[in-house]
Amino acid sequence: MVVIIDYRAGNLTSVVRSLKVLGVAAEVTQDPEVVARAARIVFPGVGAAGTAMAILQELQLDQALKGAFARGVPILGICLGAQVVLEYSDENDNTRCLGLLPGRTRALPRQPGLKIPHMGWNQVRFLRDHPVFKGLPEDAEYYFVHSYYPSPAQKSMVLGVTEHGVTFPSVMGWRNLVATQFHPEKSGRFGLQLLENFLAWDGVPC
Amino acid sequence: MLSKRIIPCLDVRDGRTTKGIKFQNNVDIGDPVAMARHYYEAGADELVFYDITASSDRRDIMIEVVRRVAAAILIPFSVGGGIRNLQDMRAVLLAGAEKVSVNTAAVLEPNLIAAGAKDFGSQCIVLGMDVKKVEASEAIPSGYEMVIHGGRTSMGIDALWWAQEAERLGAGEICLNSIDADGTQTGYELTLTRMISEAVSIPVIASGGAGAPEHLYQVLTAGRADAALIASMVHYGTYTIQEIKDYLHQRGIPVRLSW
Repeated sequence: MVVIIDYRAGNLTSVVRSLKVLGVAAEVTQDPEVVARAARIVFPGVGAAGTAMAILQELQLDQALKGAFARGVPILGICLGAQVVLEYSDENDNTRCLGLLPGRTRALPRQPGLKIPHMGWNQVRFLRDHPVFKGLPEDAEYYFVHSYYPSPAQKSMVLGVTEHGVTFPSVMGWRNLVATQFHPEKSGRFGLQLLENFLAWDGVPC
Repeated sequence: MLSKRIIPCLDVRDGRTTKGIKFQNNVDIGDPVAMARHYYEAGADELVFYDITASSDRRDIMIEVVRRVAAAILIPFSVGGGIRNLQDMRAVLLAGAEKVSVNTAAVLEPNLIAAGAKDFGSQCIVLGMDVKKVEASEAIPSGYEMVIHGGRTSMGIDALWWAQEAERLGAGEICLNSIDADGTQTGYELTLTRMISEAVSIPVIASGGAGAPEHLYQVLTAGRADAALIASMVHYGTYTIQEIKDYLHQRGIPVRLSW
């Protein structure tokens, strides 16, 4: 069963409907027991890291996610879900996060003339191959909305990078976890392709 | 590099689009869902819907439209028009829109921006601004004034001040409409757009006056806009989004060419 984790961090409608387009009826849940039985997990979310972590802890979803990660369940983090999987976030005063991956979430540096949030379509330069990238063209663009970005401690965990003032990691992967700073569910057919690839992925990196 | 967004705008009244639209395919020209699907497939980067339904007891019709649009496209879209409070925002967002646009209600009650940003996140809250050029004065130092009711009512509020105030309150984006340029198809208001875009750090969508691809080029370069709203020039089939993007790409503007 595909499970979408609901930790009251924004609207899950578009995630649900893109999986539906792919013929998958995912279960949206706040229940750690359901997460414990999940065969596959989508971990989306928009909002601030501090609030998100507080709710994940309150609902005991933090332990459920750590357990699922340790069991090798394929996990897709999206946007805020790609940030709180790291150890810390600079947002909300050094928020302690899930720590599935070593590293921290940092603020996009402000520069004259550079718009923050980074909002709109941008390219991803793939640095490494991964099963979820299958069939994605080089010039494809994806929809971003964010002011912070994930910065894993190990270079090998950065699968793709994007430019906005700085070059930042926009796709991360380690073991059975893959995470995108952009929103595949709002990124047209290429985003849909990535979701379809994720649904077919066994959780083993290539 | 972040692409400049090209955003078709659809006016919807009682669940139907109000402008007659000439498409080559078999598209129901009055159905906002069919049009949304058409523009999604034609390369639109985002869509904007304005609900101009006059009667408030028919607003649930728009929610149903939003729900059907959300099921038909895989790009972001925003909904504006008649958003008066947090309940209105919540209804539109839960129906599947990514963003809500507030205009008059935010001018009358600025805390609506802060409350919306707190409940739903800044990325959801677009400030719609209708602006008119006036004589610069002590009250309106920038020479651009906020107006409502399609420009018939002046608010005595300076547009530049209001844009910065809205950013401070938590708006995630500004959709800036020039009442003077709106409907003319002779080009966007470049001075206004540049002034606002340079004064805030959030993205600015230019609106009003688009009639040809060169107008988009101007507002995305000299006007410093991050995105451009278009209506008649694509609704009437004068240009396709592909043609507009090809024009911009040839002149060095970053646009999304593959979809």
